[in-house]
Amino acid sequence: MTEAALIVGRAAALRIENLDTDQIMPKQFLRRIDKAGLKEGVLFDLRFDSQGRPNPHFVLNRPAYADASILIGGANFGCGSSREHAVWGLLQFGIRAVVAPSFGEIFHANAINNRLLLVTVPLDVAARLMDDADDPSAALLRIDVDAQTLHSRSVCAPFELTSRQRQMVLEGQDSIGLTQARQAQIEAFAQAHWDRHPWLRGVARRRA
Amino acid sequence: MTGKTLYRKLVDAHTVAPLDEQHVLLFCDLHLMNEYTGPQAFAGLHEQGRRVALPDQHLAVVSHVIPTHPVPVRVIADADSARQASTLAQNCARFGISLFDTHHALQGIEHVVAPEHGLIRPGMVVVCGDSHTTTYGALGALGFGIGTTEVEHVLATQTLVYRLAKDMRIRVDGALASGTTAKDLVLAIIGRIGAQGARGFVVEYSGRAIDALSVEGRFTLCNMTVEAGARGALVAPDQRAIDHVLSRARDIPANQREAACSAWTGLRSDESAAFDLEYHFDASDIAPQVTWGTSPDQVMAIDGRIPSPAAWPDGPARLSATRALSYTRLQAGAAMEGTPIQHVFIGSCTNGRLEDLRDASRIARGRRVARGVRAMVVPGSGAVKAAAEAEGLDRVFQDAGFEWRKPGCSMCLAMNDDVLDEGVRCAATTNRNFEGRQGRGAITHLMSPAMAAAAAIAGCITDVRRMDQPA
Repeated sequence: MTEAALIVGRAAALRIENLDTDQIMPKQFLRRIDKAGLKEGVLFDLRFDSQGRPNPHFVLNRPAYADASILIGGANFGCGSSREHAVWGLLQFGIRAVVAPSFGEIFHANAINNRLLLVTVPLDVAARLMDDADDPSAALLRIDVDAQTLHSRSVCAPFELTSRQRQMVLEGQDSIGLTQARQAQIEAFAQAHWDRHPWLRGVARRRA
Repeated sequence: MTGKTLYRKLVDAHTVAPLDEQHVLLFCDLHLMNEYTGPQAFAGLHEQGRRVALPDQHLAVVSHVIPTHPVPVRVIADADSARQASTLAQNCARFGISLFDTHHALQGIEHVVAPEHGLIRPGMVVVCGDSHTTTYGALGALGFGIGTTEVEHVLATQTLVYRLAKDMRIRVDGALASGTTAKDLVLAIIGRIGAQGARGFVVEYSGRAIDALSVEGRFTLCNMTVEAGARGALVAPDQRAIDHVLSRARDIPANQREAACSAWTGLRSDESAAFDLEYHFDASDIAPQVTWGTSPDQVMAIDGRIPSPAAWPDGPARLSATRALSYTRLQAGAAMEGTPIQHVFIGSCTNGRLEDLRDASRIARGRRVARGVRAMVVPGSGAVKAAAEAEGLDRVFQDAGFEWRKPGCSMCLAMNDDVLDEGVRCAATTNRNFEGRQGRGAITHLMSPAMAAAAAIAGCITDVRRMDQPA
């Protein structure tokens, strides 16, 4: 079994619905032209107070959760802004999987493209996983991507992945390379498309 | 036989190849770029030695980090932000992509700039590394936000690996009452269906209230539909939308215009098309809206009462409502009217267009911003600013004590230096009232431009319908 096929780690519960990407990665961390330095920004306003001191009550600041690698979130996790920095930051922080009842659409695509595993579970399963995660002695969660099951102290549940999600998380994929292999097909499509709709060709040419 | 929805027609017309049951390779007619979600995509191209496949199908704008102070020459003081802008300029020069740079007279927010130059045309697929790309559904174009990895993919191939969405129709009949706008309509819809209500769907709007909206109103409507989680929003193009495009898309030659009109007129869902989910609302029920919480669905009528968290199911939903009230320092059961504000922001890709500024100016004209309130008007683009000035709106605002700023995203997401301090309460025409969105600890109340102007005058959140007469 490959490393990606089995994720076993400490889970931390974030009981926040609609946790948006502004909160996952605030604006002040979006100013770079590379992907570095985002670990610091993850959930910054939840982890630190306005003076920059760690909030000792926030789950990810508690010593027992220092090695957390899985988050259990509320519904619509990662909604809002398209910023992929949220996904890059979570990975840099050591998060390998997020389990929640649902995810924001763009966040979902970004996670797949970066091989951050997102597991969708029903509300009641998420609630039980959160309860298990609250007890540090029981907070280990085992996510078997191959078998598409997850196990915590009190939960043993299957989950669905699309074939694309499964392939991306297990093997990764050079999506651009794969698409470029269809270059001739894309060019033929574009030609026929522009023959039908000539007003769409070169629409942004020399605009500035 | 079941017909097709407009959404499916647009997807089918752009499908290069099906990939699996959920995904197609989708051709993108236009890709818009900004300075902060794109640099890593260009870096990825450089690393792999890849080129931009079709540079003439991309337009770049500096919009998010740019300062909006009313000075003759704007300088991006923050070194990192300045580097984002200069990196964008270098990449655009290198790959032959048009750029509205910091000092360009027509610079502005991407979603304001692109349609005002006629770049958005019915039937297009438009993508951008910005979630509010749903705006373009107002013209019958499928627009949606993408991440940076996808930006790189579309630069290199002009296509995307696209996950198919489900079809939702929201029919809005009746007529919006005086004092209410497209902003109130979309806030009310988000309040009813929730911040996740349209997750996984593309929403097609129809009905008499939608037909009656101006194109600018439809931009506002489709722009904010993403706050219900939607993957896209559409309004079938009518004559009003088609005229809007033709009057701006001057590059479409005369001999193509008839064919274009004919193609655009056919962009509608078939009578027999089936939708996965349908809602039906009456616009005449809607009062001016204002958000009370930290998610756009935490919204209420201005004459209503702040709901109790007990109205939500136990668990994260109720905890989030409680947390929102604690953050916004409000009490369940209280009225919103009369809540003092310290700041007003009028602008953004949601409400930074000429019609929005006219609405706000009607309230501001002949009145004064309340003592202790700082009120800013930030036009969505250089063209909006010039048009507003030609009508004298800048004088109306400045005479009333509003600041008249240069265009940009500004305090909508506070990536530039327009940032609010902790505890400051702001009446905003923007799209997100998230915790910390306008500055750490700052409190955002979303509303229409006229409502925001009324709040500036009153010094507190107020019902614009009481003020909607000339002073």
